[in-house]
Amino acid sequence: MKFLEGSMKQELMKFFVFAVAVFTAPVFFKGGYIVNVLVFVGIYTILAVALNLLLGLAGQISLGQAAFFGLGAYISGVLTATYAVNPWVAMVIAAIAVGIVAFILGFPILKLKGHYLAMATLGMGIIVYIFFNETVDLTGGPSGLPGIPNLAISGIIFDSDIKNYYLVWSFAIVTILLSVNLSASRIGRALRAIHDSEVAARILGVNVRLLKVQIFTISGIFSALAGSLYAHTVQFISPASFGFNVSIELLTMVIIGGLGSIYGSFLGAAILTLLPELFRTFQDYDIVVYGIVLIVMTMFMPGGLVRGIPLLARSLLAKVKSGLPSERRV
Amino acid sequence: MLKIESITKIFGGLTALQGVSFSIAAGEITGIIGPNGAGKTTLFNIVTGIYDPTSGKVYYGGTDITGFPPEKLARLGMVRTFQGIELFGQMTVLENVMVGLHTKSRSGIIASALKLPAHLREERHIRERAISWLEFAGIAELAHMKAANLPFGKGRLLEIARAMAVEPQIILLDEPAAGLNSRETADLATLIMKIKDSGITVAVVEHDMELVMEICSRIVVINLGHKLAEGTPREIQEDEKVITAYLGEG
Repeated sequence: MKFLEGSMKQELMKFFVFAVAVFTAPVFFKGGYIVNVLVFVGIYTILAVALNLLLGLAGQISLGQAAFFGLGAYISGVLTATYAVNPWVAMVIAAIAVGIVAFILGFPILKLKGHYLAMATLGMGIIVYIFFNETVDLTGGPSGLPGIPNLAISGIIFDSDIKNYYLVWSFAIVTILLSVNLSASRIGRALRAIHDSEVAARILGVNVRLLKVQIFTISGIFSALAGSLYAHTVQFISPASFGFNVSIELLTMVIIGGLGSIYGSFLGAAILTLLPELFRTFQDYDIVVYGIVLIVMTMFMPGGLVRGIPLLARSLLAKVKSGLPSERRV
Repeated sequence: MLKIESITKIFGGLTALQGVSFSIAAGEITGIIGPNGAGKTTLFNIVTGIYDPTSGKVYYGGTDITGFPPEKLARLGMVRTFQGIELFGQMTVLENVMVGLHTKSRSGIIASALKLPAHLREERHIRERAISWLEFAGIAELAHMKAANLPFGKGRLLEIARAMAVEPQIILLDEPAAGLNSRETADLATLIMKIKDSGITVAVVEHDMELVMEICSRIVVINLGHKLAEGTPREIQEDEKVITAYLGEG
């Protein structure tokens, strides 16, 4: 099949261009504040991609993604700051622990559908958030957990923005590559099949329940890694970074970029991380802005920017070519 | 091949099926007919594990499969299609059939994410098999079309091609001719005969009497949740009870 071989090559090219762009970007910015912001774009890209695997591929909503993000951050933070565990070891422990939690929670939670699933994951997020606040002896409670060490590899300590940039983006690039591969595979097809018709997927022998739990677990593990990276780059964590509005922010990123579009999740993460920096006045109203963006996107560009912009460009081009006065499309 | 033993299904206060028993012989096409609301689709839903029966048993090649979930039945070689076609609309025609090959492949999440060589080989194999099933159903030229954009008749063929990709031993078709024009129905009849000729047992719920009489070697008639009659197409056509059920009492 020429067509598919071609699309595979195209996919590889896309990834290559993206990776090169990511690794050369700091050269153009010559360090400075923007690199610091881009570190967070990287962390949120991992989180948005993780949510997109669940929501975009399998069609299962989660309003509690920040719980996995927070658990990853706190497990890494507490183990390294309080118990002086090696940060890399802590990161692996965090990923495994969150994976196990997601797997166990996944079985009962993912039995639910639609609104009920949204409510259950929302509840999960809130419970974890309360846990971070209330277990003061362990987490430091609302005032946070300071003194988390940086990651280091054989003497190189990731203690500057530029070093953290390369650290975080290495993880982000790998996350993207694995996710792109996964969505083009047998597993990805089965997940998309679940999205479209669960009963038909089951009839064809897809173990829907197990597959949903597996992707929920993968999504949790990626989120936990993002949490560990966050803890070690910022060196201070507090519950506010892992609250309900973070889950909504992640949802907005995925929807802006486009459900099921892995690179779209990067775009969404970039826009939602960079914009507040530009419009500092929004700061206190960010959740309002996310709400409006969500409504506007789902109404006018349900496929997200990655699919919506080419469509818009094509229809504009067609209008220009035909020379007709522009008409409103409903 | 398939033995249905005194199946009863009660929804709340409504008895949809009452003690229905019959067998489906291997390698044959068995038709299940009856007026609307007779309980035919309910029966299919019970056999294919979508509903549990209130009482009764389903045996498949001697094994009690009552209450087995659909995904387990698929692995045992039983697959079905739906009255209102259930396609994966956002996926291409080819991808739809590739999902049908899910049980014929085994790459897990890790092998898929890492694109291990075994996984790539398997992907190539899945694609080739899927294309051959599209050719079997005569819709290979539509391979890269989005399934949601297919005309209804082609969607039916795709659903059958996708089910065949599971390589079943028995396929249950729920009103495959519904909504098809006469030419599409003729194509469908040819396809069903082709499936039977490849050694697969077929059970078909259908309203199109002409089609049923043409392709089925045995027919089971269900009316108001009871089995009314069972026999060859000729016997059924001459059965007084069947004629009464369909035409009403004069």
